[in-house]
Amino acid sequence: MAVLLDYQHVEISFNGNAVVHDVSFQLHPGEILGLVGESGSGKSTLVKAAMGLLGSSGMVTRGDIWFEGKNLPDLSDNEMRHICGEKIGMIFQDCGASLSPIRTIGEQIMESMAAHRKVDVAAAKATAMELFDKLHFKDGERVWNSYPFELSGGMNQRAGIAIAMLMNPVILMADEPTSALDVAVQRQVVEEMLNVRKVFGTAIIIVTHDIGVVSAMADSILVLQEGHVMEYGKAKDVLENPQNAYTKKLLSAVPRLRRERL
Amino acid sequence: MEPILKVTDLSKSFSRAGKNEFFAVDHVSFEVMPGEILGIVGESGSGKSTIAKLITRQIDATTGTIEIDGQDITKLTGRQLIPVYAKVQMVFQTPAGSFDPRRTLGDGICESLRNKGISKVEREAKARGLLEQCGLSSEFLERYPHQVSGGQCQRAAIARALMCDPRILIFDEATSALDVTVQKQIIELLQQLQREKKLAYLFICHNLALVQQFCDKVLVLYDGKIVEYGLPDDVILYPQSEYARRLVDAIF
Repeated sequence: MAVLLDYQHVEISFNGNAVVHDVSFQLHPGEILGLVGESGSGKSTLVKAAMGLLGSSGMVTRGDIWFEGKNLPDLSDNEMRHICGEKIGMIFQDCGASLSPIRTIGEQIMESMAAHRKVDVAAAKATAMELFDKLHFKDGERVWNSYPFELSGGMNQRAGIAIAMLMNPVILMADEPTSALDVAVQRQVVEEMLNVRKVFGTAIIIVTHDIGVVSAMADSILVLQEGHVMEYGKAKDVLENPQNAYTKKLLSAVPRLRRERL
Repeated sequence: MEPILKVTDLSKSFSRAGKNEFFAVDHVSFEVMPGEILGIVGESGSGKSTIAKLITRQIDATTGTIEIDGQDITKLTGRQLIPVYAKVQMVFQTPAGSFDPRRTLGDGICESLRNKGISKVEREAKARGLLEQCGLSSEFLERYPHQVSGGQCQRAAIARALMCDPRILIFDEATSALDVTVQKQIIELLQQLQREKKLAYLFICHNLALVQQFCDKVLVLYDGKIVEYGLPDDVILYPQSEYARRLVDAIF
């Protein structure tokens, strides 16, 4: 099968210190890949490297990240603008905080569409409403007219997913998209992302420390510890039959709900 | 045996201009026996942390009473609370944020005994002993909060809470900000301390699976009201309320 995004021996350094070492993986169309690890393992850094979000002190010091025949770290800001948002969308831990507090969701949708192509309000709204509909938003009109503070945390997160999907990207990067949410709301957001894949065929990279979330979503899993790959394989294999000592330790530390008496 | 903590008909309400009174905690009653671990679960805004603040008298109750070790503390003020805080101590969600960033962990840990007028030699000896019990070497006394990891800082916060030999500890999401492997170590530490010192815990947490593993009893809050109160297995396997059923179903 065609490879959509190809990380080859990627090393990432901040101020000359390598924090991610020799990481390779491939993302295929429609695949959901879970990047799993604890704080400081480098999972977010890997995703940010593809999006050009490492900041002034960070850079990819070895290896390549191939997307559509181009090596992403080599591209100019101008070229990246045609990829980020348009072909690779991203959502963050707290979408409420990454949205502007003084503009309605509708205005922000307009703004993000206008950054990529010429649109008028009516066409933008029609596109957004159609998208809201596909994502089963109960009252799209209300979401369009709301400010982020008028929506719940979970609804903001779903609005964030909708905004990321506006341009119909082939890849969606999700950095801890459920970590700030209550359990019941987490499940809604996970189902939203699964729905996105079903409707649009989008490939998703989900960065999370939550083993429950990856086990509910991911086709494949890459486990990181301190910037090194510990294990990479099919989700079922990694979760049910981990080979690596660290993966075993991580999985055994996760409290699991017992639904039967001992 | 007398309960170490007894809460009866406790409420906290806030008045809102032009609207009905809002009950953050709505007439809750429960008790914790010496050596018992009670878990409180519920979603954001359900009133979990407000209960902790009421019990530690950081805010005043609207109705009801709080008894610690048989003493009604609901209306105590100022100096009257000092002996109460020797029995109740609290551990917070963000360990680094609960220490003064400009002072060493040792300063923070020893503060309660310094206020009681206990000599430096004596209080540092006790702090060293407790740090060791919490899995940290005594050199951590000299460290600043930013020089230690989240897990180490939480261990120091537990040592700090133990300095005045409390009977009950309140944990407000004390393991939620930690990595799972670190969370597991902290839970093991708490289990060991509970056995050795016969401590009672009020364990506020949003993770039902963790509560099932760790707590003797669980109380589920929804909109400030108790919707379930019982043995963890009873609540999780046979939830009676609609909310608890939804909560259990939502877990992956």
